[in-house]
Amino acid sequence: MSASSRILGASGRKTLSRAVQYFLLTLMSIYILVPIVILIFGSLKTRGQMYSHPYTPPIPPYWDNYIKILTSSIFWTMLKNSLIVTLAVTVAVLVICSLAAFVFARLDFRGKDLAFNFFTLGLMFPITIAILPVYLVIRQMSLTNSLLGIILVQTAFQLSGNILILRNFFASVPLELQDAAYIDGCTPFDFFRLILLPLARPALSAVASLTMVVSWNDLLVPLVLIDKETLWTLPLGTMQFQGQYGTDLALVAAFVSLSAVPAVIFYILAERHIVSGLTAGALKG
Amino acid sequence: MGVSMNRNGEGALPFRSTARSQHTLTVVLFLLPTFVLFIVFVVYPVLQSFYYSMFNWKGFGPAVDFVGLDNFKRILTDKAFMKAVGNTLNIVVLSLFIQLPLSLGLALMVGRDLPGKRFFRTIFFVPYVFSEVITAIMWMGLFNPDPDRGLINALIVLMGGKPQPWLGSPQMVMGCIFVVLTWKYFGFHMLLYMAGLQNIPREIEEAALIDGCSTGQMISYVTLPLLWGTIRTSIYLSVLGALQQFGLIWVMTKGGPVNASEVMSTYMYRYSFIRFWLGYGSAVAIVILLISLAFSIAYLRLVRQQDYLGGVS
Repeated sequence: MSASSRILGASGRKTLSRAVQYFLLTLMSIYILVPIVILIFGSLKTRGQMYSHPYTPPIPPYWDNYIKILTSSIFWTMLKNSLIVTLAVTVAVLVICSLAAFVFARLDFRGKDLAFNFFTLGLMFPITIAILPVYLVIRQMSLTNSLLGIILVQTAFQLSGNILILRNFFASVPLELQDAAYIDGCTPFDFFRLILLPLARPALSAVASLTMVVSWNDLLVPLVLIDKETLWTLPLGTMQFQGQYGTDLALVAAFVSLSAVPAVIFYILAERHIVSGLTAGALKG
Repeated sequence: MGVSMNRNGEGALPFRSTARSQHTLTVVLFLLPTFVLFIVFVVYPVLQSFYYSMFNWKGFGPAVDFVGLDNFKRILTDKAFMKAVGNTLNIVVLSLFIQLPLSLGLALMVGRDLPGKRFFRTIFFVPYVFSEVITAIMWMGLFNPDPDRGLINALIVLMGGKPQPWLGSPQMVMGCIFVVLTWKYFGFHMLLYMAGLQNIPREIEEAALIDGCSTGQMISYVTLPLLWGTIRTSIYLSVLGALQQFGLIWVMTKGGPVNASEVMSTYMYRYSFIRFWLGYGSAVAIVILLISLAFSIAYLRLVRQQDYLGGVS
């Protein structure tokens, strides 16, 4: 089809290399899929089956593990906490980052470079390193054991990277558009609200998707800030559940599978945005 | 005089100054939330840590037991901390020399037009959306040392080998963790490379082939140099990710057995939140911060400079 395939020509050699390619890709796929499949198999067994035949297909499937978890309130409470945190963080990151990115991409003021460098400094100071200093501040603010504490911390540590991505996107919008808007009597805020944000929808959904993945999967911040069981998020709760019911491996497998479901649904819905977000960030970075 | 100046400017001046003050107001208001969050949750905590790092403080009441730089001395002479730094560096090196080449190789292989490309991309990227907790629990099952429970040992026994202790062995535990880290993150880097490849105009590679390059020569002299921007980003993200590793290791091994899989973040977590030595923990946070800064500076020096030279030649 393309010139390269015509030049490589010898179709025998081509088929052979294709075969090798597919062989290696299949091996990698097995590496990826085996842990997932084994987990799902395990979740559909009784405790006894899990001990006697841990990695065979569950025939017939035993659904009681799932029923047990879905009818207890603990799973739903964690799901609710995770949803609250992730949605709040995502909205906050979108609003705060697009405001700041607009200023850095489109307005001039004294000390702009300094301010920008200051904000992107956060990239070098991730939450894993900052967790103890941040915990001390949260404790001084009496925000331990509250979802608000998690939301504030996660938001603060997601700002730098996302301001960078959005600034690059805003900067790529043609200047003529801004001039035309100002001539028509727009204020900078009108331009931002009426023209830039609608144009930036792909970048905004990419930022939103990435923020959601990070916030949803975060273990460290809730682990440090939350003691109360009723405020556990899904990753924290899953870890605690595994510690508590570690001997009932089938039940743990079901719990882990269920806690992965929201992420998988989200992945199916947002794959396009996640991929474009990562690549937008990467190619500019 | 003053009056006449006022009259001259009457039309223009108020207008211009409202426009200017509106502009200033926009800048200030738009940056305010970022600024506040940054000061409260990034700058202030770090400064405060410098203060607490000089105290022996268990977190109750004010810090009064001033010990100067003793905490730092103790950190730098603690074998467990050195082990943690070593393990973190191991993860960095293994990521750079095994994980990234693997991702790059697969991305080149899937290339731009292999039928089924989307299918493989989707599968390889799935682990990235799973939380580290889920990933860790999945793999703990596979690594179970009892061949009747753990799939890996079951396969080894099936092929006539001896079952291994995996996560329970100080020699093997880091290798096992690296297998899991690769499982979770190689798809992410592969995706970056695939996107980078998408941006290289096909005509350039075709021209190289017409000029008589072999596929191997084309990849090393044409494709890889053009992909350098993406490789650079992937290196940066990989190093940053390795320095931050926490959840996976904490759930799988808690840094054990006997510190064999301790990394910087688990060490800090242990002293800060298990033993509650908050002064000591603050000092650890500062040491880790400095190590990360050193990495960032080294990255800027080495990688950016090379990039510049590459651009010139």
